Amino acid sequence: MNELSELYQEVILDHTRAPRNFFEMGDATGSAAGHNPLCGDRVTVYLHLENGRVKNVSFQGSGCAISTASASLMTEAVKGKTLDEANRLFNAFHDMVTGQADPLLESGEPEFEKLAALAGVREFPMRVKCATLAWHTLKAALEDKSEPVSTE
Amino acid sequence: MNSATRIEQPESAAAAPDLTLDVERIRNDFPILKQTVHGKPLAYLDNAASAQKPQAVIDAISEAASTCYANIHRGVHRLSELSTSAHEAAREKARAFLNAASAKEIVFVRNATEGINLVASSFGGHVLHKDDEILITHMEHHSNIVPWQLLCEKTGARLVVAPVTDEGELDMLAFGDRITSRTRMIAVNHVSNALGTINPVKRIIGLAHAQAIPVLLDGAQAAPHMAIDVQDLDCDFYVFSGHKVFGPCVGVLYGKKDHLEAMPPYMGGGDMILSVSFEKTLFNDIPYKFEAGTPDILGAIGLGAALDYVQSIGLDRIAAREQDLLRYATETLSAIPGLKIVGTAAEKAAVVSFVIDGIHPHDIGTILDREGVAVRTGHHCTQPLMDRFNVPATARASMAFYNTHDEIGRLASAIQKTIRMFA
Ligand SMILES: Cc1ncc(COP(=O)(O)O)c(C=O)c1O
Repeated sequence: MNELSELYQEVILDHTRAPRNFFEMGDATGSAAGHNPLCGDRVTVYLHLENGRVKNVSFQGSGCAISTASASLMTEAVKGKTLDEANRLFNAFHDMVTGQADPLLESGEPEFEKLAALAGVREFPMRVKCATLAWHTLKAALEDKSEPVSTE
Repeated sequence: MNSATRIEQPESAAAAPDLTLDVERIRNDFPILKQTVHGKPLAYLDNAASAQKPQAVIDAISEAASTCYANIHRGVHRLSELSTSAHEAAREKARAFLNAASAKEIVFVRNATEGINLVASSFGGHVLHKDDEILITHMEHHSNIVPWQLLCEKTGARLVVAPVTDEGELDMLAFGDRITSRTRMIAVNHVSNALGTINPVKRIIGLAHAQAIPVLLDGAQAAPHMAIDVQDLDCDFYVFSGHKVFGPCVGVLYGKKDHLEAMPPYMGGGDMILSVSFEKTLFNDIPYKFEAGTPDILGAIGLGAALDYVQSIGLDRIAAREQDLLRYATETLSAIPGLKIVGTAAEKAAVVSFVIDGIHPHDIGTILDREGVAVRTGHHCTQPLMDRFNVPATARASMAFYNTHDEIGRLASAIQKTIRMFA
């Protein structure tokens, strides 16, 4: 039960019920679509890049609590970041949910702390892809890939 | 509520056949059911994905591997002879299970998927031409969609899809309308894996044969739950997967002898030939023509044991038990506010697919798992059907005869808990 309540903690449930930055961006400079065939999660990430910074980021789609909350938290975390910083966040997040390292938990930076709400996912190997879908899609949008991203 | 014991106590002592089943004894036959998962007793309700194996199957495989294993059809030595005859005995058991006229009509394949691909490629490739039509339904498993799409791409034939009603039944009027002078093949699931619907396959075959159209039945979800008689059905092809019938992963394709004889081989290799020279190769007789290479010998032997096991309980008894479980699960789950059952056909196998307002099936599956309750969540390899019902996925509890009312009760409590967590 502990692992479960750590996975579905209040921050996650809150972002699932009321996802932030949940809209289709009219003036996006880039976007990408992601799909998790295992559970049918779909997400589109929209970016507005300006001078090498993520000026705005949003998402749309439908998915489980973990993938929705992860996408929502991600948009909050990367807004205003440089491309380098966004990539660093991607790597740190990936390492955290796959249980390889805990840079987020240790860093003490405020946006990292929020993302750390998803650390519980690593106890649920079947759900890691739900948490990383939005991030992989973000990466594709940053790299301006037109091929849909798939977690499989 | 004493319905838990209903099946063990027939209501009247009249001459009706005794369909009671000793669940305790049966559960003892399945070692895996004694497991705990996350500290809770396992409630295995994912039988439509794959079924658990009784000790008899485990023993048959281990016994064969310990005493008579060798390659088949290839040696004059003693073990090869024993192994060949055990393998062929399994074929005979599959014949009896389907009540086919001859064991020559039984082809061992890897699974139902391979059986369908074999028919699509060999039979379909042989009879289909440009602008011909293949009729399937909206509730097919991907494995009864994609092989036909591949065939359409190759031949220029068209895939026609018969619609499904809101209850999850085939719309038989519309089905009839979609049979045209161009229809050359009909492929339909006997029982839907995502909805549980039992399709009126005899009626379908009647309609089809009136126009001389061959019919393939995908019996992957029917074989574990009901007696099947391919001669009575008069289907042209029937496929099922051993792993869903409490056996190993070996599939069975039944095909009418005339079809199988007329069909070109599916794969080339050893065992499927009579003689090979670089100028001319003569193919073996059916069914061997379709069994290129060394098959899963131990798997087939294990499948034989699984079919024996199922027959020893009796498919009528299994069907009666599962209908009781279905009734109980449907009652229990539909009493939960916010839960909606997807697939409410009048004729159903023991499958209950459901969605809950505001909670994604994947999250349901994770929370249920921590309660020891194993269900499948996702699109169940039926994406077109999910689209039809406007859901990305469902959670699905699928029962076998070894499941109990208590397990269904635990499923219901775990669902309640999920709803509370997300409230
Ligand atoms: C209706 C139906 N058809 C075909 C299949 C494919 O079976 P297999 O994966 O064993 O080939 C399944 C398995 O889920 C099924 O439920």
